[in-house]
Amino acid sequence: MLSQQLLNALTLGSVYALFALGFTLVFGVLAVINLSHGAVFMVGSYAALFLVTRFEMPLWLALLAAMAVSGMLGLLIDVLILKPLRARNAPHLIPMIATIGVAITLSSSAQGIFGAEILRFPEGTIPAGEFIIGDVHVRAIEIGIVGIAFTLMAVLFLAIRRTQLGRALRAIAESPKAASLLGINVEGLFHGTSFVAAALGGAAGVLIGLDFNAITPLMGQPILHKGIAVIILGGMGDIRGALIAGMFLGFAEVMSKAYLSSQLGDAVAFGLLFLILLVRPSGMFGRVLERKA
Amino acid sequence: MSVLLRVQDLSVNYGHIEAVKGITFHLNTGEITALVGANGAGKSTTLLALSGLLKPAHGRILFEDEDITGLAPHQIVSRGVVQVAEGRAILVTLTVSENLALGAYTRRDRAGIADSLEQVFHLFPRLKDRADQLAGNLSGGEQQMLAIGRALMAKPRLLLLDEPSMGLAPILVQEIFRTLVDINRSGLTVLLVEQNVRQALKIARHGYVIETGQIVLTDSGANLLHDPRVAEAYLGG
Repeated sequence: MLSQQLLNALTLGSVYALFALGFTLVFGVLAVINLSHGAVFMVGSYAALFLVTRFEMPLWLALLAAMAVSGMLGLLIDVLILKPLRARNAPHLIPMIATIGVAITLSSSAQGIFGAEILRFPEGTIPAGEFIIGDVHVRAIEIGIVGIAFTLMAVLFLAIRRTQLGRALRAIAESPKAASLLGINVEGLFHGTSFVAAALGGAAGVLIGLDFNAITPLMGQPILHKGIAVIILGGMGDIRGALIAGMFLGFAEVMSKAYLSSQLGDAVAFGLLFLILLVRPSGMFGRVLERKA
Repeated sequence: MSVLLRVQDLSVNYGHIEAVKGITFHLNTGEITALVGANGAGKSTTLLALSGLLKPAHGRILFEDEDITGLAPHQIVSRGVVQVAEGRAILVTLTVSENLALGAYTRRDRAGIADSLEQVFHLFPRLKDRADQLAGNLSGGEQQMLAIGRALMAKPRLLLLDEPSMGLAPILVQEIFRTLVDINRSGLTVLLVEQNVRQALKIARHGYVIETGQIVLTDSGANLLHDPRVAEAYLGG
């Protein structure tokens, strides 16, 4: 029983972490809390579903295509909405409010196009294989979800730590002005970051859609709240922190649902989060770092 | 003597203030030129405009006879105009090595980058000892060395320095300025913006004195150093 729950928690936690990663990346680099990230996640889910049902695309290809679609959407949001606000030096709250508008627009559009009811992947899309290890039933799809989430996170993590591009992103996170004086095309990397973050969010959407096999226009809302919690807990803009905090939230939610009350899962998870923040207001790994002009 | 950079009738607004009001000056290739003046005279604003961080309201900036007015900062850096910004210009959350690696962001010649790194470590051996430390843990003097070393990693054609002496003990200021002379001897053109007028004019071939956004005096560094107007206003009589 416990090991079964641990597996569920690992699956859910890795998707939360993947979702939060893009969210925290945008915050770190663009200094924007992008509240359309949940809606982009939802769009990723619908994109994969549409490609699988309409064009009978294989699942792996649909995942890649859904990442491309949500990535383009993220790029579009940056170019059409965030960039003009940056150019006008809009205060922090403005882009945040603007992205709420984007989120509402996207979820209403999804509702208009696909309807409000829960949609599911057609029979046979999701690999049905199952392994039994000890007393744990492991669904093949769960291995796929965890594997994909961790691969994407590892690639991003290494890219940020080890490559010149990653160093450039960290330079922008510290000071866009200093970064531009090094010859870094800051605007270009804002666009690139928006694309990658949204693609990761879209991937998380596809994975959640596969895990629960349920896609709705409003599915981005609860995960957005969890994403906010995760990036605050992990330390705003902290990649490693988002990973660990995402895992933590997945475990807290699954365990409290399994052992305390299925209704109170979220309440317990968020309560724990609140307690941690009381002790460590800048998150588990957060350093308080003011961005320079 | 060829001219590397020409600034013609440049005006720049900083916020709602006209901080630079139609200044004209030029830098000769291979020389150190000083732009000196009091705090708020418009020195930093001029440098920000040269690097593309502020858009000029009026006037032109020609680098090697090419008009670079209004280009984005990264485009100006890739032409070889590199600025060491005022104060803590380094990235404190990155290591010394990472800062230096980013200095070469616009370059693709691996061998050349490795050579530049050797030269920077030769110039500032302390940076080599501290290569893996976070730049934020360096002392003030070391941070300034890192900022200059990082700029050299770009293999600049023109080095712009904004107040390299700021906040440093006199002995460190001497050390930094000696290094600037060495760097210049190797052929690099330098524009030095300073409030430390005496030190700056000592090492500069040419100098410009800027007051409330306008250039009020220009001469060789040595002549300005002995000019009574400069002495009275900036060198404590």
